[in-house]
Amino acid sequence: MTTQAEMTDVAHAPERVAEKSFIRKYVFSTDHKVIGKQFLFSSLFFFVVGGLLALLMRTQLAWPWEEIPVVGSLVYGSSGNILAPEAYPALVTMHGTIMIFFFIIPILSGAFGNFLIPLMIGAKDMAFPRLNLLSYWVMVPAFLVMITGFFVEGGPAAAGWTSYVPLSALPDKIPGSGMGQTLWIISLTLVGSASIMGAINYITTVVMLRAKGMHMFRLPMTVWALFITAILVLMATPVLTSALILIFLDRTIGTHFFSPSGGGQVILWQHLFWFYSHPAVYIMILPAMGMASDIISCFARKPLFGYKPMVFSIMAIAGLGFIVWGHHMFQSGMNPVLGTLFMTSTMMIALPSAIKTFNWLATLWGGQLQLKAPMLNALAFVSTFVIGGLSGVFAAATPVDVFIHDTYWIVGHIHYVLFGGSLFGVFAAIQYWFPKMFGRTMNETWGKVHFVLTFAAFNLVFFPMFILGAYGMPRRIADPYNYNFLAPLQSLNQFMTISAYVLALSQLVLFVNFFYSLFRGQKAVENPWQANTLEWATTSPPPEHNFHTAPMVYRGPYEYSSPEVTEDWLPQSRALDGAGPEKTPTGVAATGAATD
Amino acid sequence: MGGLLPNASTFGPAIDLMFMVVLVVTSIAFVLVEGLLIYFLIRYRGRPGQRAAYVHGNRRLELFWTLGTGLALFSLALYQRGTWAEVKQQLPDENTALVVGISAKQFEWHVTYPGDDGRLDTADDIVAPINVLHLPVDQPVIVRLTAQDVIHSFFIPQFRLKQDAVPGMTIRAWVQATQTGEFEVACAELCGLGHYRMRGQVTVESREAFEAWLAEVKAKQSSGN
Repeated sequence: MTTQAEMTDVAHAPERVAEKSFIRKYVFSTDHKVIGKQFLFSSLFFFVVGGLLALLMRTQLAWPWEEIPVVGSLVYGSSGNILAPEAYPALVTMHGTIMIFFFIIPILSGAFGNFLIPLMIGAKDMAFPRLNLLSYWVMVPAFLVMITGFFVEGGPAAAGWTSYVPLSALPDKIPGSGMGQTLWIISLTLVGSASIMGAINYITTVVMLRAKGMHMFRLPMTVWALFITAILVLMATPVLTSALILIFLDRTIGTHFFSPSGGGQVILWQHLFWFYSHPAVYIMILPAMGMASDIISCFARKPLFGYKPMVFSIMAIAGLGFIVWGHHMFQSGMNPVLGTLFMTSTMMIALPSAIKTFNWLATLWGGQLQLKAPMLNALAFVSTFVIGGLSGVFAAATPVDVFIHDTYWIVGHIHYVLFGGSLFGVFAAIQYWFPKMFGRTMNETWGKVHFVLTFAAFNLVFFPMFILGAYGMPRRIADPYNYNFLAPLQSLNQFMTISAYVLALSQLVLFVNFFYSLFRGQKAVENPWQANTLEWATTSPPPEHNFHTAPMVYRGPYEYSSPEVTEDWLPQSRALDGAGPEKTPTGVAATGAATD
Repeated sequence: MGGLLPNASTFGPAIDLMFMVVLVVTSIAFVLVEGLLIYFLIRYRGRPGQRAAYVHGNRRLELFWTLGTGLALFSLALYQRGTWAEVKQQLPDENTALVVGISAKQFEWHVTYPGDDGRLDTADDIVAPINVLHLPVDQPVIVRLTAQDVIHSFFIPQFRLKQDAVPGMTIRAWVQATQTGEFEVACAELCGLGHYRMRGQVTVESREAFEAWLAEVKAKQSSGN
C-alpha cells in the first residue's frame, strides 16, 4: 500500500525505464484502470448475450411454438426451428442470471468502481492491486463455467435465477437441474468471491487512500455510492455463498438442509437467497444513482441539491435493504405476521429513494441545463426509475401483492428499475467517462440518436407489462394462451416483441459509436465536460499512476457556477490563490492520506 | 383493454380498492415528478451568458418532502393491514366451512373433497377428476394446499386468490366466491417444463348443483372407475 509521502516522492523521482510486457500491461495487470476496462468489455459482451436470450423469450411469447426465422435453424435446428419444449425456463433463468451477475453488477462495481474510485479520491491505485487482479481473473472461470452450462446434457440451469428448491435441488424435476444447475452454483460461487474481493479493496481504498483535503463529505456521490455498495456486497454476498454451498451439499452428498423428508425446510432457501438478493438489487442501483448525481450536477452547471441528505439517503437505502427481503415471500407460506412486518419496512425504504428523486429535481431547478448524451441518459434514469419505484409500491401493499406476485407486473417493475434505472445510468456513465478511459470522445449526435430510440422502445416494451400483470399473466410461462383468460393478450405481447426488436437494434447505435470512437474518435482533452471532480484533473487517459503530482483538495465536488470564479466550474483541486495544485499549503508537509 | 379482471370473491373488492388507492397516490406522485422534470428541462435549458443558481440545498424543503412522503407511505401501510389480515389470517371456521384438499404436482391439481364424515384424510374422501374444481357459490371454502414434488402456486385471478403450495407444508387459504361461472386455476410459481400448462378448471355453482356434482363423482368413484 502506498502512502501519500511515497506518491510525492515518485513525482520527483527520475522516469522509470522498465517497460511492462503486453501480458503484464493488458492481461494480468494490477492497474485499476486496466482491470476496470477488462470488466467493462466482459460486461458488454454478456449484455449482448443476455439481450439475445430475452429476444428469444419475447419471440416465443408473441408467436408460441412457431418457427423462428433465421435464428431458429441456428439455435433450435434439432426441434424443427421451433423453441424446444425444455428451452423456455432455461432462457428465463439464464437471461436473469447473466444480466444480473455478468452484466449489471460487474459493469457498475467492477468496471466503473475500479476505474473511478482511485481517480476520484486522488489515489494512484487501489489499496490492494494484486487482489484487484485476482478479482477479475476469478470472474473468468465463472464466465466459462456458466457458458459451459449451455452445452451440457439437460442444458443450463432452468429453475429461474431465483433457483427455488426443490425444483433446483432435484435433477429429475427439470432437465436443467442436472449438470446445468451444478455449473450454475459453481459459477456464482466464483462470482461472489470476486465481488467480495472487490468490496474489501474498495472499502479500504476509500477509507485509507483519499488525497489530502478529501474529507469524506467532499467525496463525489459516485464514490459514496460505490463505497456503500461495497459494504452491502461485503455483508450480503457471504449469505448467498453459504446458500449455494448448502444446496450444493444437498445435491451431492445427501444433506437435507432444504428437503422436508430429511427434516429440512423448503422455504429456508428463499430466506437465505433473498437475504442476499434483496441487497443485491441495491447493489445494482446505488452506483447508478451516485453517477447520475455527478452527471446531473455537472450538466446543470449547478451544485448537487442536498448533498448530505443524498449521502444519508444512500445509507438508509442500504441499511433498510437488509430488512425487507421477506417482501419477495409474501405468498410463500411464511407466517402472514411476517408479511406485515416486511410490508412496513418495504414501505419505509421507498422514502429515501423519493428523497433522492426530489433532490435530483431540485438540482435541475435554476440550472443551465446542457442536454448532452450523458445528461439525457441520466435524466432517463431518473424518470424511469420513478416509474419503477412507484410500481413497487403496489407490490409492497401486501393485499395487492396477492394478485400481482409472480405476474408480469413484477417483470415490469424490475425492468423499470434495472433497465430504466441501472442501464440508462450505465449508458450515461459510458458516454461521460469514455473520454477519460480511452482518450477519445464518442459521437454526440449518435449518442442522442441512441438515447431517443432506446427511451422510446424501452417504454413500449416494458410499460405494457403492467397491463399484462394487472390482467393476471403469470411469469415464466412459455405459452400464456394455454389459459383462456390470457388469450386476449397475444396482440399486446406481439406489439411488445416488435418493440423489443427495435430496442435491441437501437443498441447497435451505441455499440458502433463505442467501438468506432475507440479507434477513430476525436482525441479527448483533459476535461471535456468542464467538470470538478479529480479524475478530470489529469490527462485523458491518465498516466500509469493517475496523477503526475498528488492532488490537493480544497473543496467539495459540486462547486459549479460558484461566485468565487468567472468560469461556471471550480475543480476540487484548484487552489484559488493562483498557484497550481502542486503547491501544498505553507508549513504543512504532505504526509499520509486525509484522516478527517 | 387494461385494468383488472372483474373480481368474483368476497375479499376481491377490498383488494381491488387497495389497488385503486395505490394507483391514485402513485399517479399523483407520477404526474408531479414527471411534470416538474419536463417543465424544468424546458424552463432551465442552458442559455449563453446566463449562470445557474448557486444553491446547495434547503433544509426546510428537505424536511417538508421527507415528512410528506413519509406520511403518505405510513398511511398506506396502516390502511392495508386490515385487508391482509382478512385474506391471509382470518380463515373461516373449519367446522362450518367446506374444506377442499388440493395437492399440486407436476403438472396437475389433485382435488379431494371430504365425504359424508365432513373430514379430509378419511376413507370416504371424494377424489375429483384431475384439474377439476367445483365450488358452491356464496359459501366460505378453505383450500388446504399441499405439494408433492416442487413449489407450485395456486392462483385463481378472478378470486384474487394466490397461495404457494410447498412440499413439506400444509397451507390453508380461503375464498368465498360471489359469482357462478367458469374460471381457471393458473400455476404461479415456476415448477418445471409444464408450468405453463398447469391449468385447472373451476366451476362455481349453486349449492344444489354442487352437491349433485359431488354425488355424481362419488358414485363413479365407488363403482370403481
